[in-house]
This record gives sequence, C-alpha cells and structure tokens, in this order.
Amino acid sequence: MSTVEERLLPSAEPVRLIDEHGAAHDHAQYQLPPAETLVDGYAQLVKGRRLNDQASALVRQGRLAVYPSSHGQEACQVAATMVLGDQDWLFPTYRDTVAIVSRGVDPIETLTLLRGDWHSGYDPYERKVAPQSTPLATQLLHAVGVAHAARLKGEDTVVMALVGDGGTSEGDFHEALNFAAVWHAPVVFFIQNNEYAISVPLAKQTAAPSLAHKGIGYGVPGERADGNDLAGLLAVLGAAVGRARAGEGPQLIEAHTYRVQAHTNADDASRYRDDAEVAPWLERDPIKRLDAYLTGAGLLDDDKRAAAASAADQTAEYLRVGLMEDVHPDPAELFQHLYSTPTPQLREQAAFLADELAREEA
Amino acid sequence: MTHVKLSMAQALNQALRDAMRADDTVLMFGEDVGALGGVFRVTDGLTAEFGEARCFDTPLAESGIVGTAIGMAMNGMRPVVEMQFDAFGYPAFEQVVSHVAKMRNRTRGRVSLPMVIRMPYAGGIGGVEHHCDSSESYYAHTPGLTVVAPATVADAYWLLRRAIEFPDPVVFMEPKKLYWAKDEIDLGVAEPGIGQAVVRREGADATLIAYGPTVPVALEAAEAAAAEGRQLQVVDLRSIVPFDDETVCAAVRRTGRAVVVAEASGFASVSSEIVARVTERCFHSLAAPIRRVTGFDIPYPPPHLERHQLPSVDRILDAVDDLQWEDS
Ligand SMILES: Cc1ncc(C[n+]2csc(CCOP(=O)(O)OP(=O)(O)O)c2C)c(N)n1
Ligand SMILES: [Mg+2]
Repeated sequence: MSTVEERLLPSAEPVRLIDEHGAAHDHAQYQLPPAETLVDGYAQLVKGRRLNDQASALVRQGRLAVYPSSHGQEACQVAATMVLGDQDWLFPTYRDTVAIVSRGVDPIETLTLLRGDWHSGYDPYERKVAPQSTPLATQLLHAVGVAHAARLKGEDTVVMALVGDGGTSEGDFHEALNFAAVWHAPVVFFIQNNEYAISVPLAKQTAAPSLAHKGIGYGVPGERADGNDLAGLLAVLGAAVGRARAGEGPQLIEAHTYRVQAHTNADDASRYRDDAEVAPWLERDPIKRLDAYLTGAGLLDDDKRAAAASAADQTAEYLRVGLMEDVHPDPAELFQHLYSTPTPQLREQAAFLADELAREEA
Repeated sequence: MTHVKLSMAQALNQALRDAMRADDTVLMFGEDVGALGGVFRVTDGLTAEFGEARCFDTPLAESGIVGTAIGMAMNGMRPVVEMQFDAFGYPAFEQVVSHVAKMRNRTRGRVSLPMVIRMPYAGGIGGVEHHCDSSESYYAHTPGLTVVAPATVADAYWLLRRAIEFPDPVVFMEPKKLYWAKDEIDLGVAEPGIGQAVVRREGADATLIAYGPTVPVALEAAEAAAAEGRQLQVVDLRSIVPFDDETVCAAVRRTGRAVVVAEASGFASVSSEIVARVTERCFHSLAAPIRRVTGFDIPYPPPHLERHQLPSVDRILDAVDDLQWEDS
C-alpha cells in the first residue's frame, strides 16, 4: 500500500544514476540501463551535439534563418526517443531538432522549418513525429488526442510530449495534464527544465517545489531526473513509457538541465545572466560524464570514440552539403495545401500570382 | 418514408446520429453533451445509443476540447466538438487559428484534420452577456477554415452531414434562435453541398444577401415588400467560406441592387467582405451602392435592449428604399 503522496510525488532528489564525474550510483527504484544501450546512447549524444553545433554554424553562414540549440540538453533529446517503440508518437517543440533526428527523421527535412523553406518539412506519419510546435504547450493537447484515439482503436501506442519549463505556465499545459489524467491517456509529458524561457528564469515562472510536483494536482505521477545523465533519463523515461503502455495513464517527468547557450542565435544572454552561472553547467555536460563512465567501465575505447565522432561528422557533412543548396520553393504551392480542394478564391489568387511571376520573367 | 417534421435542433441531432451510425470513427464530445444531451439538446440520446466512448463529456476547457480533437483527427478519428456558446469558443481560439486552420498547410497536405467545431451562435434568444456573440468573422478571416451556417432545418441536417464527411476542418455556426424552428423535410433528398449559396426566393427588383439567423428575417422582409409591389430576391449563403461568388454575383447582376443582412457588428466583418467583393465584381451592374443592415459596432446588448441590435424587417425595407430607385 502506498499513500497518494508516495504514488504521485517525485523523488526527493532528481534521479541520477551517473554523476558528473562519471561515477555510477545505485538507486532504490531505478537501474542502470544495459551497457549496449549506453554505448549506443553515447554515439547518439555525440551525433546530437555535432548536429546542434553544425546547425548553429549554418545560421552564422546564413544557411538557416534561426536555430534554437539543445546544446547541453542532448541527453534529454536522445533519451526521449530511445525509450520509444515504432508504434509510439513524439510531439516535439522548436528546440527538439536532435530528438526528431534521433527518431530517424531526415535532418534536412527536419530543418526545413528553420531554413525558411516551408513550415514543416517531414511527413509526420512516416516516423510518427508531429510537426514541431512553436505556440508553447499547444502540442500537448494534440498529444493527448492522439493517445486517446489510439486507445479507442485498441492500439498499443504511447505518446511522448515535449515541453519546456516556460511552457508549463501556459494554460494548455494544465488542460493537457487534466484531460490526459481524466481519460487515462498513455502520454508521457516530458519537461526539459533548462532554467530559462528566453530571458526569464524559472523562479519567475513558478512557485511550485518542482515542475514534477505539478502532477499531483491532476492525479498524474510526477518524477524528476538529472537532465544531463542519459542513464538516469533512460531509466526514468523508460519506466514512465512502460507504465503508460501498461494502462497506468499519463506520467509527468521533469529533467533538470540547463540551456548553456542563448535562446537562439538571435538572443543575447549577457543581458540577463552571468557567465559565472553557466560555467558549472559546462562541467555537468552529458557527453563528458557518459564518456567518463563508459571509459572507466571498459565499454568505450579510442576506436569506438572515433567511430562515434566519424558518424557524427557524416551527419554534419550531410547537413552542410544539403543546406548549401539554395532552395527554390514553388510559389504555386502557397495555395495548394490549405484545403483538400482549393477554394475558387484561392485558385483565383494562385492564377494572379502566376501571372505576376510570368510578367516579372518576361 | 423519409419525410419528417423536425426542429433545427432535432435535425442536427439526426445528422449526428446518422453520421455516427454510418462511420464509427465519428466522435462527439464537449461540455454537457453526454447525459444532458447538450444545453440545447442537440446531442440528446447520443451517449445512450453509441456509448460513452463515442459521445462524451470532457473536462471544462475549450482549448482542451479543440486541442485534443486535433490529435484525434490526426490519428484516424472524425471528431465533432461542441463549444457550448459562441463566446465560450474564445479560449480555443489559439488552437483554432494556429493549428486547426494551419495543420494541413504546414504539413504540405500530409496531415488533414477532418473535424467539426459546432458553435451555437448569435442572439435573439434573450441571452445574457457572453451568450449571443456573432463570431463568424473571426473564423472566416482565418485561412484554412471552412465556415458554414445553416438557416433552414433541411440545411441543418445536410450541412452537418457534409461537414462531418468533409476532409478538412469545418466551423459550424448554429443560429441559436432557429434551434426550435420546425419544418417538414425530406431526409432522402440532399441539399446542395458546402460552398454553394442558394436563392431562397426569386425577385427581380433587389437582392437580399443573408446567412444563418438573418435568412428568415430577409424572407419576411421580402414578403412584406411584395405586398407593397416590390419583388426582392433572397440569397442564403449557407457557406461563408468557401464563398459562392458565382451564385451571389449572378443574383446581384439580375437585380442591380443589393442589401446585405447580417447580425454581427458591421465593421471589418463578413458583411463588409460581401459588399467589397460583390462591388468589385458587379460594379457595372449596380444601380446603387450596396447597403448593409447589420448589428451596431457595440458588444451584444442585454436582453431588454437586444431588439435594437438585430436586423429587422423595417430596417431591411428602409435599406431597400434607399437603393436609388429612379421613381422615388
Ligand atoms: C504561446 C507562445 N507565447 C510566446 C512564445 C514566444 N516564445 C518562444 S520560445 C519562448 C520561451 C519558452 O521557454 P521554455 O518553454 O522554457 O522552452 P525553451 O525555449 O527553454 O526550450 C517564448 C516566450 C511562443 N512561442 N508561444
Ligand atoms: Mg526553458
């Protein structure tokens, strides 16, 4: 028998299985994932980091309009997708490019939005990844709807719904948790608490003891994990996905991490925080610590490290080459997709633009 | 025997029932739509016939209702949701504008959202504050939405059936004051589809253009005008988006004079759009500027004052009188 509090409140401390020095720690509830999972995860972290940094560089070169990097948050990005099966859905935000690519979506298609080519570039049904959501927390409700429909159809689907710390203040966060709880929908709400919403620190966002504590008000179990510890995240998110799949309803997980870079390349973080605040977080880097642990455990050597780096280089190269090509989106497409059958008015407007373009060319 | 005498609310109920019988992915949900059958009884008996999984009450949150409907539509369902009243649809506005309307476009046609947002709307029922808004212009202004408003019992049935079958999201505006209006209809004979306006009454002298709650008022005005020897044609838009330029403009060209009748405030509204587009297209056929009879640009009045806001037969006839008749 457990009390409501035991069932619904998060652990007293964020779950951490590997600390920032790479030392493993036992946990009463969660176990270290298998060695091969961690080695695979390491390679994905390295690739994610490379993707983040390459994309930021491509912004500086004018090949991307903007890039909200998850540099430093790669453990969250990778863990969120590693715990999913093919039948599961991912609902990402603008910051979750690495998670989308980890899910198997083509990186160039993923970056279509940020490249300014179209609002979303991949087929959401192909890898079961919803379009990246920019209106904060709105995607959480779609996630609940997808999960509820899956249950009605008798499908074994779990939905991973991503949101930032700032997004938890939005009304849709509340509505999504409440609907999911009442409907017992198989959704894992995964908050990447990176301490900032653009310039606004968490203290101005909430007075809750932690974001994971918000679950109890809805009857949703909350749990928290060290957001830079891939092992702990895999254990916590994996258990949450398992419970949701087993019919135990929605789960709320908060990862404690940090946005080590500015909100996007267009932001100037020096206006609202000191470098001194950032420095300790660089020491808690998710790749560094997993590298240290795996090396110490004899699971990672220079060959494997080089293999991971070279796979990451290939992704970066793929991005560089792919994004160097200029895009020439077809203006006619502006009118094509609003409706299954374009309205007469849109057909007129398409003809108008086509005519204008023809005259420009003549 | 498909002839039945129904109120508009009953016709909507029948449409939902028939749609749910025909397709088990059709779901109906919202506030008080289960055991109660909706505050206007439009969903009466649906939970009893189809069970809790098909027609159900949700937590009280409109953004949640529309937002989860989006997810269900993404995943194989055809959700129909009810906003309890026009003005209580506003909490869902972000979901409607940023996702319902845009999903298909942003995913380049890969994700269509076959969903219907039912919205009891407009006044004339003595409703207090926040229960009588004519909010259609907000939706009509938003590219990607389809917006329809039935004015007859037969259209309530057929437009709702069509809306539920439609591959894209439809905002379905139900004129509250017509919920109890009865008519004998033939469920075996389909009415024209979404996107088509119809001429409800022929008349050679001037055209009244109306939709939703103002159609019966326009017909009444035409009846009164006929008694005075002036023949007014009445066009019922039925579909605000897509707009049937062809039918409307043809009707206006036949008469050379037109009055638009709408309950919503006139400024930056569906009625102003109609005047603009008909003028652009029919200028040379017009004998007089198109007039409008609309609500004033004020919040919907309290019940004791609402008659001043609603388009009336007299106001319509006065507007018609103003259409620069040579003999006057
Ligand atoms: C509804 C809404 N309001 C405002 C914005 C502008 N905006 C974009 S990102 C952001 C901060 C979000 O912070 P958080 O949820 O913590 O996510 P993070 O960017 O840290 O990943 C804001 C205010 C938005 N996208 N959507
Ligand atoms: Mg944040």
